[in-house]
Amino acid sequence: MNMQTKISRRTMIRTMAGAGGGMILGFHLPGASAGVVAPEPWTTPTDGAEINAWLTIDLDGTVTIRVPHTEQGQGALTSVPTMIAEELDVPWENVRAVFADMNRHLNQGQEYKVTTTHGSQVVRLQHPHIMQAGASARERLKAAAAIVWNVDPSQVTAKQGVLSSGSNQASYADFVTAAAEVQLAQEPTIKTPDQWWLMGKPLPRMEIPHKVNGSAQYSIDTRLDGMVYAAVKCCPVPWGKVKSYDFDAVRNRPGIIDLVEFHALEGKTFTSDMQNGVAIVADSWYRAKTALDLMPIEWDYGPNANVSNETQAAEAQRLFGVEGDVSNEIGSDALGRINQGGNTLSAQYHRPYETHARMEPINATVSVTDERIDVWSPTQDQAAPLRIISDHLGRDTKEIFVHTAFLGGAFGGNGGGATAVTKQAAEISNRLRRPVKVIWTREEDITHDKQRPPVYTELKASLGERGLPEAFFSRAVWFTHEGVANHGPATADYSIGTMPYLVPNRRHERHNVATHLPTATHRGPGANQNGFIIEQFVDEMALAADWDPLEWRLEMTKGLEPWQRVLLKMKEVCGFRTDLPKGQGMGIAVVEDHNSYCGACATVSVSQRGQLTIDKLDIIINSGYLINELNASEQLEGAACWELSHALYGGLDLENGQFTNTNFDSYHLMRMPQMPSANCYFALSEDGWWGGMGEPGGPPTPAAVANAIYFATGKRVRSTPINQHDLSWS
Amino acid sequence: MAISLRVNGTAYEVDVEPETPILWVLRDSIGLTGTKFGCGIAQCGVCTIHLDGRPIRSCITPVSSAVGRQITTIEGLSNDNSHPVQQAWIEHSTPQCGYCQSGQIMSAAALLSQTDNPSDSEIDSAMSGNLCRCGTYPRIRAAIHRAVEIYDASKS
Repeated sequence: MNMQTKISRRTMIRTMAGAGGGMILGFHLPGASAGVVAPEPWTTPTDGAEINAWLTIDLDGTVTIRVPHTEQGQGALTSVPTMIAEELDVPWENVRAVFADMNRHLNQGQEYKVTTTHGSQVVRLQHPHIMQAGASARERLKAAAAIVWNVDPSQVTAKQGVLSSGSNQASYADFVTAAAEVQLAQEPTIKTPDQWWLMGKPLPRMEIPHKVNGSAQYSIDTRLDGMVYAAVKCCPVPWGKVKSYDFDAVRNRPGIIDLVEFHALEGKTFTSDMQNGVAIVADSWYRAKTALDLMPIEWDYGPNANVSNETQAAEAQRLFGVEGDVSNEIGSDALGRINQGGNTLSAQYHRPYETHARMEPINATVSVTDERIDVWSPTQDQAAPLRIISDHLGRDTKEIFVHTAFLGGAFGGNGGGATAVTKQAAEISNRLRRPVKVIWTREEDITHDKQRPPVYTELKASLGERGLPEAFFSRAVWFTHEGVANHGPATADYSIGTMPYLVPNRRHERHNVATHLPTATHRGPGANQNGFIIEQFVDEMALAADWDPLEWRLEMTKGLEPWQRVLLKMKEVCGFRTDLPKGQGMGIAVVEDHNSYCGACATVSVSQRGQLTIDKLDIIINSGYLINELNASEQLEGAACWELSHALYGGLDLENGQFTNTNFDSYHLMRMPQMPSANCYFALSEDGWWGGMGEPGGPPTPAAVANAIYFATGKRVRSTPINQHDLSWS
Repeated sequence: MAISLRVNGTAYEVDVEPETPILWVLRDSIGLTGTKFGCGIAQCGVCTIHLDGRPIRSCITPVSSAVGRQITTIEGLSNDNSHPVQQAWIEHSTPQCGYCQSGQIMSAAALLSQTDNPSDSEIDSAMSGNLCRCGTYPRIRAAIHRAVEIYDASKS
């Protein structure tokens, strides 16, 4: 990469007047001379034209690709252009990316098909139509040139931005307008991996230069003329109510403008996370927040104020004795076989609530006028804020303009368009008819996050021939909002219900207990909780029969090629062994998540007094195809850190119906001194598929660490956070 | 009340209460949004700036304490991504979501201004107040070592 990359103009945020307007961020690639702001390229290309909704080509050959997904560092702003440029066949240094216009999308036939960004879906699931857009544009360009040159389209080649046929040669730009009119008799098929020239290369994410100088614009950075600010406090017990408040006590403080009450929507508690609360509006956020802190408020906590970690644990123990919904069954009567006795083992595991705690606190800016509404919010679905506001204020979607900004993290918690805060900002702006920016304090952000749900799981097995399990039984108790498996039965059961191990008789049951506490997806939903549980219980089963954990896994996945490939690579590169001196240990785990098979091998040291150090971490992944190894490594490292944070330090404290550790002094995350460097290995199956990369590094990592702790200390850590366990040994 | 400040070499006059944290003066009064809000209690480090060259958490530091002193924010580190830390950050593909990176970079730049060639443990110690939810710590550590090389090369 060119070290002298310069940003000649600051990325700016602007409100455009008129239809189709909105903020747009543009990037030339690293190595190019500038990061530039493109003016509305979807409606008025600078000096070129669009072939389809996905791209325009300027006269100088610049290709502007509109990305309908959001960017939180996971790479959509680079991977979508990569896939299109691959098919279009243009020099990568000519490509720039912009966020697509959601007003156009929703009002002109939803040309982008999908606008959400979660679950590693952009590459994994959306590649067919994204690549198709590039292939279709390329074929239209060839067809347009063929007409002018009076040759058959098959005689025209399109390569690196140049069309040619015999002695004829022209830039793509010369035929863009004509290509847009071309109707193909048949749409082309997309390339196969053996035909790729760009995909598979380790391309740096193109927005990185904007993220080292403060110029990258996040939703929270929105600034508009005449904007006011709001601080918000909702009932700390979700769905509780405001009993009283004394605005008169603070209304004369400097800069205070108004107080607005929020009301949860009756009967819509699941689809809407709007809570009962109050906002103070002021001419600066700090003035609003200070006044809100000082204002006396009394809450009516409602019927849920007795729920705690302890009440949930007791309920889980009760439900361990009650049959649950069967989500996976192979063979017959697994529990009956285990209950007959013999060589059996059982254990109980637990993962607590965790919160998203993305570094950008939840916020939104909305400007409501009679003519139009503009909205900035940290969403994982570019189109969602538009729908939310249209629904909430009863305004036509044609009048609403969504401005996509970078996400300061999201991790599955901002999927629905940051629903509550977007509605709050819309209500205030609608009332005051001024632009308003709502920012949640960190405490509000954690208190009212849609949390990762906790799970308690009891596992049982009986060992038969060669000490291998002949029956396996698990019963999980989840606590989810209103009892809805809103992260889906498939993901709630992930890694246990879907474990690969060839046990002849197995059965997984699940209880979903209704709580008042909102829950949602959380980077690696289900697989993170269950991976920690099942991959430790696997070690328990293996060690009970004196099997080496790695050999046990190889034996129990015989014939399952994707798993074998990961395990054999692990055997080759990690040096896994079980005979280290006491106080040291190695542990392994392997979990399938989002269609990728991922293994982890951790080496730890534990002092006699119980101080844990992770000395080394190896991650091995089989994702089938791989389009960007650099970005993939970043995601694997990130997901591993993500889940180690929760496993080592996390856990929300639930008391009296509310969470009590709501800032970083009490909800602890991984910090630099604790984070090991991670070595990433790719062990890709030859008959590929499209596996995800954002989540899979997480699930196996804490299990590998916990298995290593067992070898170092003889102590089995069956719940998190690990730092609350006594790991001392003698 | 009117308070005079010097930020990135430019003089500003702002009308805020003297106890207002510098963070909100930068973001809301002056419009420099590169410095971020994360926790409000000096636990995450995303608001890190330099006051007379030393790193501070601007979310808890009252603006009155900056009068007569030099404030440097991420926007003032260079005007062309040419600071060795910025160059190393790009080279190591360090930021992911990027939200914490202004604070990370300001902490790293302060460390390098005080320590010529920090060890891993000196880096860990200087950076332990800066949270990153995306898990970029290994890349930050590598990038700081690389920044030392870039800085040394520029001197020779």
